[in-house]
Amino acid sequence: MKADPIGVATGSHYIDGDHACAEGAIAAGCRFLAGYPITPSTEVAERMAERFPKVGGMFIQMEDELASMAAVVGAAWAGPKSMTVTSGPGFSLMMENLGLAIMMETPCVVVNVQRGGPSTGLPTLTGQADMMQARWGSHGDYEIIAISPNSPQECFDLTVKAFNLSEKYRVPVLFMMDECVGHMTEKVVIPEADKIDIVPRNFYKGKKEDYRPYKFNGDNSVGPMIKAGDGYNIHITGLTHDERGYPVINADAQDKNVNHLVDKIIKNEEDIRMIETDQIDDAEVIVISYGITSRVALKAVQDARAAGMKVGIMRLITVWPFPEKLIKKLSSKVKAFIVPEINLGQVSIEVERCAAGKATTIGVPHAGGWVHDPNDILKAIKKGVK
Amino acid sequence: MDIRFSGFGGQGIIKSGMLIGKAASLFDSKFATLTQSFGPEARGGACSAQVVIDSNAVLYPYIVTPEILVAMSQEAYEKFIGDPKKGSIVLTDTDLVKPKTKRKDVKLFSIPATRIAEEMGNRIFANVVMVGFFTAITGVVSIDAMKKALPGSVPDRFIDKNIEALERGYTYGKELTN
Repeated sequence: MKADPIGVATGSHYIDGDHACAEGAIAAGCRFLAGYPITPSTEVAERMAERFPKVGGMFIQMEDELASMAAVVGAAWAGPKSMTVTSGPGFSLMMENLGLAIMMETPCVVVNVQRGGPSTGLPTLTGQADMMQARWGSHGDYEIIAISPNSPQECFDLTVKAFNLSEKYRVPVLFMMDECVGHMTEKVVIPEADKIDIVPRNFYKGKKEDYRPYKFNGDNSVGPMIKAGDGYNIHITGLTHDERGYPVINADAQDKNVNHLVDKIIKNEEDIRMIETDQIDDAEVIVISYGITSRVALKAVQDARAAGMKVGIMRLITVWPFPEKLIKKLSSKVKAFIVPEINLGQVSIEVERCAAGKATTIGVPHAGGWVHDPNDILKAIKKGVK
Repeated sequence: MDIRFSGFGGQGIIKSGMLIGKAASLFDSKFATLTQSFGPEARGGACSAQVVIDSNAVLYPYIVTPEILVAMSQEAYEKFIGDPKKGSIVLTDTDLVKPKTKRKDVKLFSIPATRIAEEMGNRIFANVVMVGFFTAITGVVSIDAMKKALPGSVPDRFIDKNIEALERGYTYGKELTN
């Protein structure tokens, strides 16, 4: 299906990542936003609040981030594609109801424009230190999809993809921007509506009494949804449940329910995966990065290649689910992985785990507040090729 | 080309950077990345916009040593004058900046941008006068692209005034260098 032209601001724009994310959401068909303002994400909500009346959308500024996430879950079950937007401290407050969205298999998008943490940290400066929180922040076992854009253009393009993936897998998709990308202004080209692929909500069309909100048959796919208010007497809950949505509090039900939540993502990793690679075939060293760091890393890789080093680059556009099989395969071919990230080592731990000692993993940590000096990444590359 | 536009909040510093980046990337077929920094105050605090313009995609988004510095306040001038590399272009507002720190290894050009804007009826146009001056002196963006960048970025009813401001700054710059 193609995007509804009413929400697509076709043309060339000079806008920042936050505004581009807002345009991506509206183009993707998002018509409900609940949020609480927080730097550096507020501009996303501002733009959507301004644009929504023209496209029939609704923005509610909630009392806090707990309520924002709850409203998103409720709205999604009432039909519209729904989203919230926040930054670190607000993301922490959303974790409980994010778990509810995961457990109730609710499609939605959660935008986190990352800033330096912990706590209120660096409100106006960049960070990438919420990546592990994105993976494990809510309690219990689950798998999630997280996407990291590296430019305002991608804030548009990938927000559309985030909504599409959330509909396809009935899972919250975490859109992990960072302050640098969010507040950076660049050219953003928004295509014609008929060039934008949209995954619509899969609504149930059968007999009312036959509807089951969940499908735990082991094929790692999800079933259709209904709209609250259309006369379906169904039950959905955060408790462990059966396919009818009713609570079943025992180990057998837990096994089916939780394995389904994990497998629908992990077993479809290759379908979900968005990765860019360059010159990895003969590489002795591969630099793995995501978000804004991938741009700075490319600068370092270009310098390293100019100096004759055999360096490849891999950019994780989807960071979660992690491309475990791919990294395992590559680890027997290269000497080292270099992992620069604006945190003290989060994704690098995953790389190290997958490399399993076959290749060295060299992290290039940065506590936040700025992007890496490309020379620091270059130094790590030099260490890796030795 | 690394450019820093600086002044105090309320002067339209960020807007100036935005206009230059928009002109370069939408109408001059270049890549332009704008980042900004400001203090906690809404008005009056130090404020700067950084624009990186390149014929290739911009990888490192921030500027380290600007090749062009525009200072529209004394505070901004003194704060940033140490940064530009040798041979850089420094543009100031004649009336608002009285350099205490003088650098002999940069090319300094001044325009009474705020005074010109006041002659036009409102000092709010000072930043666009400066953008016109910037266009004439640096040649980093074309005057045609700058004119095209105005619609959508300034209120429609003030388009003509902004074009006039742009042209006055541009003409002042051309006369100064001819």
